[in-house]
Amino acid sequence: MSRVIEVENLRYRYEDGTQALDGVDFRLEAGECVALLGANGSGKTTFALHLNGLLSGEGRVTVCGLPVDKEHLKEIRRKVGVVFQDSDEQLFMPTVMEDVVFGPLNLGVGLQEAESRARGALEKVGMLTAARKAPYHLSAGEKRRVAIAGVLAVEPEVLVLDEPTTFLDPPGQTDLFRLLSELPQAKLLITHDTVFARALATRAVFFEKGRVAAEGTVDQVLDRFDWNPRFH
Amino acid sequence: MHHVVLERWSRRASGLHARDARVKLAATLVVLLLIGTTVPSHPLAFAAEFVLLMAALLVSRLPIAGALMRAGAVLPFSAIFALVSWLAGDPAKAAALVIRGYMSALAVLLLVSTTPLPDLLRALSWFHVPRLIILITQFLYRYLFVLSEQAQHMRLAAASRAGGRRAGSGLASRFRAAAGALSVLFARSYARADGIHRAMIARGFSGEFPASALNPVRLMDFLFLGLTISAAVLIRTAA
Repeated sequence: MSRVIEVENLRYRYEDGTQALDGVDFRLEAGECVALLGANGSGKTTFALHLNGLLSGEGRVTVCGLPVDKEHLKEIRRKVGVVFQDSDEQLFMPTVMEDVVFGPLNLGVGLQEAESRARGALEKVGMLTAARKAPYHLSAGEKRRVAIAGVLAVEPEVLVLDEPTTFLDPPGQTDLFRLLSELPQAKLLITHDTVFARALATRAVFFEKGRVAAEGTVDQVLDRFDWNPRFH
Repeated sequence: MHHVVLERWSRRASGLHARDARVKLAATLVVLLLIGTTVPSHPLAFAAEFVLLMAALLVSRLPIAGALMRAGAVLPFSAIFALVSWLAGDPAKAAALVIRGYMSALAVLLLVSTTPLPDLLRALSWFHVPRLIILITQFLYRYLFVLSEQAQHMRLAAASRAGGRRAGSGLASRFRAAAGALSVLFARSYARADGIHRAMIARGFSGEFPASALNPVRLMDFLFLGLTISAAVLIRTAA
């Protein structure tokens, strides 16, 4: 199994002085699905934004052997696809097709090849029939699928999904689970949805105050931090 | 969520909808030029221009009353200038200002309600309209829906907390509530803009939008443009 992401002693402090990451060590192997758990403000999203160079802190981050630095940003962004929590922020082009080809075109792929990739990605997520639609005509689940297609069209080796089940109804969550289960890429799930994490992830990492507080199977981590919701 | 009527109209099918966006844009410019340069002393020319617009409206299969009513949105603005001319003792010029304003609005309405915005933006790009203007229009249009949805949610939340009555008793209180909602909406828009920019960078955006392809102009499109120009020339020479 080859390592696709390796992070050593990553630290990041926001301009307001908040120490969001305080020495994070992390690794992700090819084909693996890891759930990133932790309380709000524990640094999960900040950490994810370092993986494709959207934020840059102290420490070492490598993706498929490449250091995340200015020199390799283009290649890094091809290898790491980020699906953001709010699909409305990700779908900014006037039509679904234009949105999905946005990534490949930016990375220098020709128009024909980009459209071919986009059709393939939309077919994979079951949204090819919506190619000519405007994103605001789609439901939350459909938007999420198109957002994933936009990332898949870049043919990444790692998928980072920030709260992927937000706004999705149970059938939408089932569809998303099936879709993600079939994708061969390594996946990093940032989530509070413990049911979804249990179903999909093979390993969990728990963040606390900008550090990795524990890692293991999802059940081990959830039990250790008593992270199972109780309603009675 | 409610979508604007023009957006729905632009996705319909008709002889006018099928025409190339660049050709429709050029034809609209010709008609606007014709309307804008018609002198107040030629009421028959205005009548002929109105007939031309009505013919296009019929071909577009849009709801006639709805389109005519929506074009009237421009009247309060042109009426102000018309009033100034009227008070200055030039009623013919005042009437021409109102007529020109209304018919120009109808011409533009015909263009935007028979052309989906992405096609219209591509056409503008083809005519070398500055990229920045096109991008701003594109983003404004795209996120207008999102912001309007957020505003609707905030209004509902405020109404639900008002217990069936209007929030606040006096005008000052309502004004404060509206100002507060507006500032929250602004802050959210700012945060959203930040999120959008981050999502763009994550997919390799480096400041330049990739160009998209346009379909070739067909014979029917050329015929449509030729017909519009001929009608404009005929009206101008006959007047």
